[in-house]
Amino acid sequence: MTTFLGMPHAPRGVGQLRGDEPFPAAADKALADRQLRRNLGHATATIRDKRARAVAEVADWEQLRLAGEAIKAATMARLGEHLIELEAAVTARGGHVHWARDAVEANRIVTDLVRATGATEVVKVKSMATQEIGLNEALESAGITAVETDLAELIVQLGHDKPSHILVPAIHRNRTEIRDIFLRHMPGVDPDLTDDPRRLAMAARAHLRAKFLTARVAISGANFAVAETGTVTVVESEGNGRMCLTLPDTLITVMGIEKVVPAWTDLEVFLQLLPRSSTGERMNPYTSTWTGVTPGDGPQEFHLVLLDNGRTAVLADEAGRSALHCIRCSACLNVCPVYERTGGHAYGSVYPGPIGAILSPQLTGIEDNASLPYASSLCGACYDVCPVRIDIPSILVHLRGEHVDARAQRALPSPEALAMAAAAWTMAGPRRFRLGERLLRLGRLLARGGRIRRLPPPLSAWTAARDLPEPPAQTFRQWWRTRPGDGRR
Amino acid sequence: MRVALFATCLADAMFPQAAQATVTLLERLGHDVVFPDAQTCCGQMHINTGYRRQARNLVRHHTDVFEPYDAIVAPSGSCVGSVRHQHAVIARGVGDERLADRAAQLATRTWELSEFLIDVLGVEDVGAYFPHRVTYHPTCHSLRMLRVGDKPLRLLRAVRGIDLVELPAADQCCGFGGTFALKNAGTSAAMLADKMGHVLATDAEVVTAGDASCLMHIGGGLSRLESAVRPLHLAEVLAATDGSRP
Repeated sequence: MTTFLGMPHAPRGVGQLRGDEPFPAAADKALADRQLRRNLGHATATIRDKRARAVAEVADWEQLRLAGEAIKAATMARLGEHLIELEAAVTARGGHVHWARDAVEANRIVTDLVRATGATEVVKVKSMATQEIGLNEALESAGITAVETDLAELIVQLGHDKPSHILVPAIHRNRTEIRDIFLRHMPGVDPDLTDDPRRLAMAARAHLRAKFLTARVAISGANFAVAETGTVTVVESEGNGRMCLTLPDTLITVMGIEKVVPAWTDLEVFLQLLPRSSTGERMNPYTSTWTGVTPGDGPQEFHLVLLDNGRTAVLADEAGRSALHCIRCSACLNVCPVYERTGGHAYGSVYPGPIGAILSPQLTGIEDNASLPYASSLCGACYDVCPVRIDIPSILVHLRGEHVDARAQRALPSPEALAMAAAAWTMAGPRRFRLGERLLRLGRLLARGGRIRRLPPPLSAWTAARDLPEPPAQTFRQWWRTRPGDGRR
Repeated sequence: MRVALFATCLADAMFPQAAQATVTLLERLGHDVVFPDAQTCCGQMHINTGYRRQARNLVRHHTDVFEPYDAIVAPSGSCVGSVRHQHAVIARGVGDERLADRAAQLATRTWELSEFLIDVLGVEDVGAYFPHRVTYHPTCHSLRMLRVGDKPLRLLRAVRGIDLVELPAADQCCGFGGTFALKNAGTSAAMLADKMGHVLATDAEVVTAGDASCLMHIGGGLSRLESAVRPLHLAEVLAATDGSRP
């Protein structure tokens, strides 16, 4: 029994949202992996170009983006009401709705539901929400095997690896590496398997077909859930999802609470925005929608688990909440110059790239992912491609501010904070600024042949790869004063 | 027209030639340039590193200094981007509504050089002569924050004698990103390596851009490679004439 003491706190996100080390350290390891760099460079460039072509075909693309943004903003403004409407609609159609405060609670709900069926193996549709909560690991510790059926997720699972991309979780692997993983870890695989993509797909197909035909329980995520009808939607390319959503007796869907949309007609906007942004296709090959249960057709038992795991806390921050508008297309990953070079593992969380850099720290609280908002040069390419116009650069800057403010609560300021305070003090007064400029000229003593090649820390991070020009003998303002008649202006 | 030069702290202290070229160019086009001597820094580094409280003081100082002028021009996409898209947000964030309104007003009178030349003055041919092979790097903030589009390229195409070559993957960031270059130095250097590869592939003598900061980064990398490619601010190319040698 718990005693209620005043206002409830929005729960913090737990699960697979934190890395083992800060971004710069993890990134340096990835940067040293030349095979990874080549795989990523090739893959992101291919998807990037495909997306650009698919988007260019749509005359009203900007209007669609504005519509997507507006629907999401309006939905978030009344999120609680839409969720209650969704619960009522799903229940009325024979489904069961469960509310999970965080990953721990969601895992317990799903584990109990699977246990109740007596099944020891479940098939899974690719889902970010179940990755986020670490469901496979939770099921495994309960003696239940979860089989990923999305090709790329299967590659990751067989290779005892981690996903590195929202849409293409095995983007860091090339086909030779995939063949090696299949040969080593796929039971009964043809020992003469080549790295021909068709042969690889056929091997996965044969392996998965047996799983689909025997599974009694399937677990999925959701791309959208329509509040007015109670309809849940999954969008996919391979048809594996359709198998999972139709063959087993029991279907359990884990869905972040931000995935609700008010009306069926809202899907018109998102089903145009999503495929073109994510895979660069006009339409995705498979769009599955289901409403509760239909007697004699498909799963006869349906459970919808609504997951908070930090989302309500994100919603409370006016400047950062639009991170919840994300429809997981991953266009921002593919255009991000940082992601392209480091890959997804460096971000620690299951949500990598620019969206991960604003979502993970908000879900967990900034102190647990403090390095992520800085993992961006603020180049703005992510904002330009986002189908729901999330202003990622502005949120990154906002979160940096939140981090600095949180650090300022500590007794001892960091060296950076001291340097920044000194710089701001110097720059806020013209006399002090001119003095600062004169001090900068002392840098000329460090220069050889018009350039500075080595500086002490922290500026050594600059001179590790770049020179710095010798500070000029005369600043602009000094030059200006030498002009006749200009001295006093 | 009377134009107030917002030199930017980086150009003032480290790249005075970029600010001098801006003066030369605007005066050659018949305008009266003034330099408000109390100007310091727009606060972009503080804003983008998360030091909002200190940034507010810099925003206020910048607004105080430039408020009396009708037209403010800077040889920088990123500093103008900060004035236009961040100053009011910062002021509002710390609850200073009055400063936010003043900053928002000032933002409407503040222009990046290529915008000012094309949108306000309506000139494309600024009378420059620059007989060199040049490639142009569109800086991220000029491209995606200010949306200058092809304005800098239109100005460059009108320069007599220029051999302008297209930079491959031009819209990719050079990896500077302010304190990003220090906090994520490895990733920044990897981005820089690819940018330099593209610059070198053009066989240009000069790489130009509208921001001294990005040029400091690209130029610093090229210098480390002992490359002969010279970084030159857009203003310096546009200020060049028969008689001058930037």
